[in-house]
Amino acid sequence: MLNFILSRSMQSIPVIFVVITITFFLVRFAPGGPFDDEKSVEPEVKAALEAQYRLDQPLFSQYAAYLGDLAQGDLGPSFKYPGRSVNELIATGFPVTAELGLYAILIALCIGGISGVVAALKPNTAQDYVPMSLAMLGICMPTFLLGPLLILVFGIWLEWLPVSGWGDLPGDKILPSFTLGAAYAAYVARLSRGGMLEVMSQDYIRTARAKGLPERVVVLKHGLRGGMIPVVAYLGPAFAGILSGSFVIETIFQIHGLGRFYVQAAFNRDYTMILGCTVFLATLIVVFNLLSDLLAAWMNPRLRSQLGGNQ
Amino acid sequence: MGNGFRSVTRAFHVLLTVFLLILGGLISGCGSSETRVESGNRTGVFHVGNATEPQSLDPHVSTGVPEHHIQLAIFEGLVSKHPTTLEPVPGVAERWEVGEDRLTYRFYIRENARWSNGDLMTAEDYRWSWERALTPAMGNQYAYMLYPIKNAEAFATGKIGDFSQVGVKVISPQILEVTLNNPTPYFLQLLDHHSAYAVHRPSIEKHGSPTARYSDWTRPGNLVGNGPFKLTEWKLYRHIRVEKNEHYWDAENVALNAIMFYPTENLTTEERMFRVGQLHMTKYIPLDKAPVYRENDPDSFVNERYLGTYYYQFNLSREPFKNVKVRQALAFAIDRDALIKTVLNSSVTAAYSLTPPGTLGYQPPKLVGFDPNKARKLLAEAGFPNGEGFPVIELLYNTSEQHRKVAVAVQQMWKDHLNINVNIVNQEWKVYLSSRDQLQYDIARAAWIGDFVDPMNFLDLGLSDNGNNRSAYSDPHYDYLIKEYIPSATTPKERLERFFEAETYLMEAMPFVPIYTYHTMFLRDKGVKGLPANLMDYYSYKHVTLGNDEVADNAVTEED
Repeated sequence: MLNFILSRSMQSIPVIFVVITITFFLVRFAPGGPFDDEKSVEPEVKAALEAQYRLDQPLFSQYAAYLGDLAQGDLGPSFKYPGRSVNELIATGFPVTAELGLYAILIALCIGGISGVVAALKPNTAQDYVPMSLAMLGICMPTFLLGPLLILVFGIWLEWLPVSGWGDLPGDKILPSFTLGAAYAAYVARLSRGGMLEVMSQDYIRTARAKGLPERVVVLKHGLRGGMIPVVAYLGPAFAGILSGSFVIETIFQIHGLGRFYVQAAFNRDYTMILGCTVFLATLIVVFNLLSDLLAAWMNPRLRSQLGGNQ
Repeated sequence: MGNGFRSVTRAFHVLLTVFLLILGGLISGCGSSETRVESGNRTGVFHVGNATEPQSLDPHVSTGVPEHHIQLAIFEGLVSKHPTTLEPVPGVAERWEVGEDRLTYRFYIRENARWSNGDLMTAEDYRWSWERALTPAMGNQYAYMLYPIKNAEAFATGKIGDFSQVGVKVISPQILEVTLNNPTPYFLQLLDHHSAYAVHRPSIEKHGSPTARYSDWTRPGNLVGNGPFKLTEWKLYRHIRVEKNEHYWDAENVALNAIMFYPTENLTTEERMFRVGQLHMTKYIPLDKAPVYRENDPDSFVNERYLGTYYYQFNLSREPFKNVKVRQALAFAIDRDALIKTVLNSSVTAAYSLTPPGTLGYQPPKLVGFDPNKARKLLAEAGFPNGEGFPVIELLYNTSEQHRKVAVAVQQMWKDHLNINVNIVNQEWKVYLSSRDQLQYDIARAAWIGDFVDPMNFLDLGLSDNGNNRSAYSDPHYDYLIKEYIPSATTPKERLERFFEAETYLMEAMPFVPIYTYHTMFLRDKGVKGLPANLMDYYSYKHVTLGNDEVADNAVTEED
């Protein structure tokens, strides 16, 4: 198992390195620079600005300098927000995005998991069709439609919940978490239904029933563990996707999360911030994929023995 | 087995119910609370939508309007502006004298003008701050606002290194003398620009080099300003809170206790926040909501003219735009009234000149009305009768729904009236800026927002060496008109007449086609008083009071 973790970690280093290199040069080749604005900047001023951010040096030495700083954990100063470092911006935005993502995943698991299992227990009945139709609706409905709809109903018509913010007003975390969680809940529902249906027809479930276990134990202890493997495999990429893709929710609800910083950075040509976010998120995605593989291995005895054999 | 399934189903149903109960509990706790606007009215806290997260609050670093709106609360210029007329009124300087040559200004700083930490303000604060603002290493993008001062440009561009040669002199701790290059009627206005604000030297030096952009001095607790409010909280992408500054010279007339600025770059969300009482005032309003508010809630809807022009510019380095008749033909084929009525919800004013009418009493010439017959005739004279032989041209705009709608309408007008084909092309903001800078376009959408209320600020766009020209228009005679002829006018009336002459000349050459004059459109709670809309979207927060829902009297009297 340790070997597996180590080899996977070693494999991920070149991946992240390639991501850094490609991003570094791609953003530089994009037209427009961080100091271009509607009002033209005088050449002397622009030169002074570029000197402050090492942009006057050859591209390769900038690249080498960036890698050197990165090795020390320094993501550099933000171009757009003078006086702020990229590390600080990420440290501000990430906990919010992570919290939002966590709630969304929990909501997705609660709603999706429950409805998927419930549906799988009585396939091809109303108990199956109703939650699965809702799940299909959830998959089809984009967050930029669901978000404003929920705001309209719960924020403006009923006046139950705040329409924006995160941690500023009571209850302002509910709508964004729910909106983000809904689409994932739909996927989780379909995955858990599929997983459960497959598992419940396996021999070992029949054996469990044959030895007289109550159905509750059969489903919750034996069925759920196998049936949830597809969901767990999906969780890693889903959480990484939530972290890097919560931009829409963060914009609709004015949440100060990393997604909003990231997209703004791209618009602003805030080179260091774009790179910093990319490196950070790429690392996270690699880590989450690794974790979800490990979790799947722990849940799947066949895979576990395979990995054990490698030790 | 049936029982087992049922019990599992029941367990899940119980879980689901618990989840819904928790959700319901959270929801029910939220409905009854007081809105921000209500609590703000009670506690004197003004909640304002402020477009974007400010890049910096350092007045010599920042460039945007949202930053300036916060700086107006925490800094004050040597000279301030009247909230309605925008005429110069005393700020940190209680009075000033202008020499007979109109080149020398003496400013008398108030004896009770203090920084927010209680330090006295002196003339030396301005000398040091302006040296900082003009130092090339500072990279101040608005350094040019101080260029009317003698030798300021030479210092800012590194031609001279000794600031004592710049026309800024400390006569005594309370008296600052400024010498200009040329008589500049709008000079006093510039002193209220953030680039001309004084900054507190000890607190800047405490946190690093004076010219470092990467410094902690603008953080809450570190920033020492001199405005009616002081910075107390800055939560990135959440809000900025400023509170009443007890050391401000006019603190007794400041009614508000605090202002909260929220970055609200999503206009739709901002409008929703206003609707549910989370904001007293928005920065903008989505264009499609304008008619709704105008109809249903006119007291909250503010729509005033703004010192900005939306125009199309030709790339004069490309054919067929080198031909003035082609440019004129295209300009005469735009039906501005129809455009504004159908596409822009009648929320802006048609523009027939580069300078917005009424700028400092100036009435520009009107030379480009809608005249399709004349347009066709001009196009024929240029060698393209009925559009025959006219190449397919591109109209470039930066990605935005509103720009797209305008471009589509103009495309259709040119097709209908001139029988020419235009492709519309959108580019992301920075790509678009780069294309315009490098003259990689045929016709481009452009805009100019005035930095100060004077026709010069618009008409110098046509100068050959103006970096904002971006059209390859270059005419030595026009350069002469702007650089020599107008500045040599001896009376304000004569100056306006010369502006008229210059603008007539520019509009006949038609490198720029004015489309409309911007309006500032936003939503303001009925209880907000003392905050009139004006040409420059300039806010003087010290006059603001919050109160009941009676229709606000936002006209500030002269005594204010």
